[in-house]
Amino acid sequence: MMARGFFLLGLVLWGWCGPATGQSRYYTRTGFISFFSKAPLEDIEAQNRQVVSFLDLKTGDMVFSVPMKAFQFKKALMQEHFNENYVESDKYPKATFKGKVLNIQAVNLAQDRLYKVQMEGVLTIHGVDRPIRTDGTLEVKGKQLLGKSTFSVTPQEFNIEIPFLVREHIAKRIAITVNVVYVPYVEKSL
Amino acid sequence: MKKWRKLVLVAFLSVWARNAAAQDDLLQLAQAGDTLQPESVSATFKATRLVNGHTVETNGAGALLFLISHRFGTLNSGAYNFWGLDQSTIRLALEYGITNRFTVGAGRSSLEKTYDGFLKYKLLPQQTNGFPFTVTLFSSVALRTLDWPASEANYEFAHRLTYTYQALVARKFSERLSLQVAPTLVHRNLAETGFGEPDVFAVGAGGRFKLSKRLSFNAEYYYLVPGGAADAFKNSLSVGVDVETGGHVFQLMFTNAQGMVEKFFIPRNPGSWSSGDIYFGFNISRVFQLGKDKQSW
Repeated sequence: MMARGFFLLGLVLWGWCGPATGQSRYYTRTGFISFFSKAPLEDIEAQNRQVVSFLDLKTGDMVFSVPMKAFQFKKALMQEHFNENYVESDKYPKATFKGKVLNIQAVNLAQDRLYKVQMEGVLTIHGVDRPIRTDGTLEVKGKQLLGKSTFSVTPQEFNIEIPFLVREHIAKRIAITVNVVYVPYVEKSL
Repeated sequence: MKKWRKLVLVAFLSVWARNAAAQDDLLQLAQAGDTLQPESVSATFKATRLVNGHTVETNGAGALLFLISHRFGTLNSGAYNFWGLDQSTIRLALEYGITNRFTVGAGRSSLEKTYDGFLKYKLLPQQTNGFPFTVTLFSSVALRTLDWPASEANYEFAHRLTYTYQALVARKFSERLSLQVAPTLVHRNLAETGFGEPDVFAVGAGGRFKLSKRLSFNAEYYYLVPGGAADAFKNSLSVGVDVETGGHVFQLMFTNAQGMVEKFFIPRNPGSWSSGDIYFGFNISRVFQLGKDKQSW
């Protein structure tokens, strides 16, 4: 009885203690995300080069933190409307992704190679959590890991309301491109 | 058997908790790591005009704004003039953002056939965790091209000019509420009345309250510092709404000022709200992006 009690306690402690750290973590703070909206009246594109992401090769854990105000548009007014009226950047300053690379075991750091990977997790934009599953690639290139993915979302699923007057300006589905160059993370990298 | 099931459940939960904790931990690390600088506060106001007067807002670099402003006649002109709708004064203007902070503009009003030009520079933007105000400097010159009455034909060209200088100071207190104060000097080369002084000091105050994301209520008051102009004319009070639709902003207003250039609506309003000298009017702005915003791409 006693033994099992300790065992349970141990399990719970193991669960809640900080996760193992080590050389398995890769990160970037200059990741690139762009989105593209193709609509009858207008194409809208915005780019963000201040995306922070972590990838733990041991567990496959992958997270993204995307400062919304860092999205740059060609038109200043569009950028203002994006932040003010659509994603409400003051209220929801960051979009995040919290999930896993499902087949992380396949990735072998020893040799330079391109791997097809599947990601699954929770995407949070505009304060709304949505489960998401998408494909991408991870390429081992020397000490770097190059991650790429494309997927699409709809404004509606994140409660971003498109007023009737601008419906012809904004696509139903917004295409998102993610492009990150991970490097090994050591404490104090940030 | 039951106990084992419990054990398995606990084991499962702890593994799950470990995963979630690992991801949360990573996410915390990631969120702490971005390189965003203390940012400038954007969109203190929707438009470059509060009602009649300028706001602290400047155009984005390369953005050309076309502004059509209209004021009908006074409401108290009665049914015969269809409460003012029979008459109108109009101003057409173009404003161009040379940089994100520096805007130049030019306009032409039907009132006294006036041409005006202005320079506007956003000196200090409000910062999220820093400077609490946006400060924009504004200066304009207005040229009257309406012919002088014959008896005054000996006036010189310089008499046609009026200069305005403003320091626009605004703070976006919240998503909804922004307030602005505008110390103003209007210098007239020719005062309107015999006892009028060439320099008129005034203080503008106003603000906006957003009723929804794309609709705001605006109010603006220009107080004339006591002097000749203050004795002869009334302070201007204006209330209106901004309606924003993509690249357009529609502003509808009631005001006791007929003119749409500083030289008119600050020191030269004969009519008052109490006697019903209220003009209904609107501004419509449309933004065209000409040059690319260099900073962005």
